[in-house]
Amino acid sequence: MTTASVSLGASVSSQSRFMQLALVALLGIFVVGFVGFSHIDAVHNAAHDYRHSMAFPCH
Amino acid sequence: MNLFRNVVFIAAIAGLVAGVVLACLQAYATVPLILKAEVYEQAGGGHHHDHAAPAATDSSAMSTAAPAGNAMSSAAPAPAEAAAPAAEDEGWAPADGFERFAFSVVANIVTGIGFALILVAVSEFAGGIGNWRQGVFWGLAGFAVFTLAPGLGLPPELPAMPAADLTQRQIWWWATVVATAAGLGLIAFRKSLPLAILAVLLIVAPHIVGAPQPDSFETPIPEGLHHQFVVAVTVTNLVFWLVLGAVVGVVRGRFTGTATSLRDSFA
Repeated sequence: MTTASVSLGASVSSQSRFMQLALVALLGIFVVGFVGFSHIDAVHNAAHDYRHSMAFPCH
Repeated sequence: MNLFRNVVFIAAIAGLVAGVVLACLQAYATVPLILKAEVYEQAGGGHHHDHAAPAATDSSAMSTAAPAGNAMSSAAPAPAEAAAPAAEDEGWAPADGFERFAFSVVANIVTGIGFALILVAVSEFAGGIGNWRQGVFWGLAGFAVFTLAPGLGLPPELPAMPAADLTQRQIWWWATVVATAAGLGLIAFRKSLPLAILAVLLIVAPHIVGAPQPDSFETPIPEGLHHQFVVAVTVTNLVFWLVLGAVVGVVRGRFTGTATSLRDSFA
């Protein structure tokens, strides 16, 4: 469990650390949102089976 | 931006692995059920699942706002239907068979990385996922947040099943995800009884508000097929999250564990 205490980016300032991690989380939300939730027909059709299989609200 | 780069790198590997695993599971467990449901959908006179709610989505605006249900079969452009039976909506769709499968795989990998980005970023705030076992627990949390909680109010649906307005369901889905994640976070990382009580309220609240439901639950899909699909979706998602969390733990462990002298360069 010693590795558990090692944080990535422990030596950068906490503000910069927060910003970078928040940016990563936003990027992830954007990616999932675009593929799984966008109303663009072509995107919906391409990922149709995926959306159903993930129980994302579909159609 | 080294931290950013490393977090994205870990998420990319974990998302790729978990996405491929999920795509394989879906090809075996969920996609055959979707194809079966599409047979009922075709038999029921074209695609009407898009329009169960009077509040139309943008795709139905193109078909001059058919009120509901089977009216769509006459309003839908017949040539497009004949050319691409798998097409749910107007517009481009991948051809059945390999192309459709390939796009599903891509969607799985891309969103696998998306979920991994969220998981790694959030877990770093809490000290990071140290090994595969911690990753499994983080994966369980992800499963609870992204599959279980929204799935209670909005169970996995097959084509040809009625549903409420799409945007309202999506808003409820995301609100439930955020509330459940916040609740679990409060329970796990704040040792305070009042906050734990608040956490329970947060987790329960979306279900008291209730997910948007369709006016009618009438569907040509047999109950048994739907139940099978709900089980398949839930179990495949559970495996996906467990794999995702475990792989994050392993990859991140290699970063921090075996290269302590490099730790600063990862900062």
